Amino acid sequence: MRVKLETIAHARSGDKGDASNVGLIAQSPEIYEVLRAQVTAERVKEHFREVCRGPVQRYELPNILALNFILHDSLGGGGTESLKNDAQGKTHAQGLLQMEIDVPEGFAGGQT
Amino acid sequence: MKTIRIGNGQGFWGDNVDAPVELLRGGPIDYIGMDYLAEVTLSIMMRQKLRNPKLGYATDFIGFIRRVLPEIKERNVRVLTNAGGLNPRACRNRIFEVARELGVTGLRVGVVEGDDLLPRLKDLTAAGHALKNMDTGEPLAPHLDKVMSANAYLGARPVVEALKAGAHIVLCGRITDTALALAPMIHEFGWGPADWDLLAAGTIAGHIIECGAQCTGGNFSRFWEVPDLWNVGYPVVEAGEDGRFTVTKHEGTGGMVTVDTVAEQLVYEMSDPTGYITPDVTADFTSIRLKQDGKDRVEVSGIQGRANTPFLKISASYLAGYKASGQITLSGPRAIEKAKLAAEIVWKRLERAGVTFAPEDRETELMGTGACLPGILPVPDDLPEVVLRLGVRSPESAPVERFGKEIAPLVTAGPPGVTGFAGGRPKPQEIVAYWPALLAREEVESRIEVTVEEV
Repeated sequence: MRVKLETIAHARSGDKGDASNVGLIAQSPEIYEVLRAQVTAERVKEHFREVCRGPVQRYELPNILALNFILHDSLGGGGTESLKNDAQGKTHAQGLLQMEIDVPEGFAGGQT
Repeated sequence: MKTIRIGNGQGFWGDNVDAPVELLRGGPIDYIGMDYLAEVTLSIMMRQKLRNPKLGYATDFIGFIRRVLPEIKERNVRVLTNAGGLNPRACRNRIFEVARELGVTGLRVGVVEGDDLLPRLKDLTAAGHALKNMDTGEPLAPHLDKVMSANAYLGARPVVEALKAGAHIVLCGRITDTALALAPMIHEFGWGPADWDLLAAGTIAGHIIECGAQCTGGNFSRFWEVPDLWNVGYPVVEAGEDGRFTVTKHEGTGGMVTVDTVAEQLVYEMSDPTGYITPDVTADFTSIRLKQDGKDRVEVSGIQGRANTPFLKISASYLAGYKASGQITLSGPRAIEKAKLAAEIVWKRLERAGVTFAPEDRETELMGTGACLPGILPVPDDLPEVVLRLGVRSPESAPVERFGKEIAPLVTAGPPGVTGFAGGRPKPQEIVAYWPALLAREEVESRIEVTVEEV
């Protein structure tokens, strides 16, 4: 079964210079393991291919069921230099939640 | 066990002006922290101070003080802020004037100085401190003439010193946001300079509340679950001397405090979660335990920290050219097609006039078509209306100014259904860019000055 991340996780994003960060938080330990396996740095880079010009780094925070992604070179210069409407990557979390991943049929963790 | 209540009433300059007043009046509170300094705010304050030596601080803070001064004095609620900006003494003088007008006496105001490095930059770079840009690795020396402000991020210790001297209000310039929450804990609980786990706990408490409502339901992914966001309560930390704390908000306010709202704020603007570096401590976010402890109460425990680093972060700002952006609304059928045509008209006319911009120095965004997240959201074939947003930047002001003259003609010489062009031609704005660097901490700490005076 293919689901959007927004049905099984939540997220917040912000800026660090010309990089944005997106923290993705699972709604249960089971979902966290699914995210850890499927939402790789490579997949996030592909998902944001028209936004992120640099590499994507991933950090794990199993204690709060979170993955933290750093999207380098994503803000058109960042802060005051950027010409983008979203110069601080505030919307990137909403973007990541649109990613689709595979979960087992009848997966209990999801909410609709 | 002794518990103190620390709130955040202002997450940034421009945040809700009623929030700190509601935080003060809405329930029990011992300390209120207020943040006014974004990364380049100090450069704006530098301009203000150059024009008028009595300015250079966050004037909004005076508005707050005028509303609440007798009350905070009466209830002994202590206010900690970076509103002092580049001129905390002038800010203090203004507060004293307000106190005299309101007949408040016995008010002690602390001032923390020593973060401003602008007068020392030449000496520091000459003495071999490269102040390399942390993002690019470039040394600062060749750019010295363009630097508009340079400040070190101070930690909690000088604020603690002011509290010990009895300050009701502590005015800082550049200081970490987390220090505003950590300082009262160090002061009240007597935490030592190497109590790393405790210092990390206070720092993480500060991180959770430093953006105001962002941990109480603001900016939350599942916004439809958040009650009465219009009346959102700003956060309160109930801190214990063992380093455990509870994040909550006043009863009767909107918003919500759950493990999910707190977790979202924990990851906000996060880099490596195992090493959150401040002047006070290096905190490990992978050690944090969150537990729902009743409605709108999240208990935070288990936090570990390790030694602080030998460096302080420096935040400098410098003039990096000019930029402008302008927008028009295109309404009616074929709005996307019309917006693309309007953009093409602007760029082609500028090119014929001999004004060109490198691809990375010009931006075309069709707001409404998912322009913030290109390639992620599906783009429809047509929309009832689109906002076309164009922007350019350049080391020189002239081409940016020329760009500003090409938007208005679209109203009569572009496609039909163009509106929403108001406010005149976009004017070139200076780009004040941010230069993060590191400096050996003793260069700064040996010169920190804390003074507390009474009106």
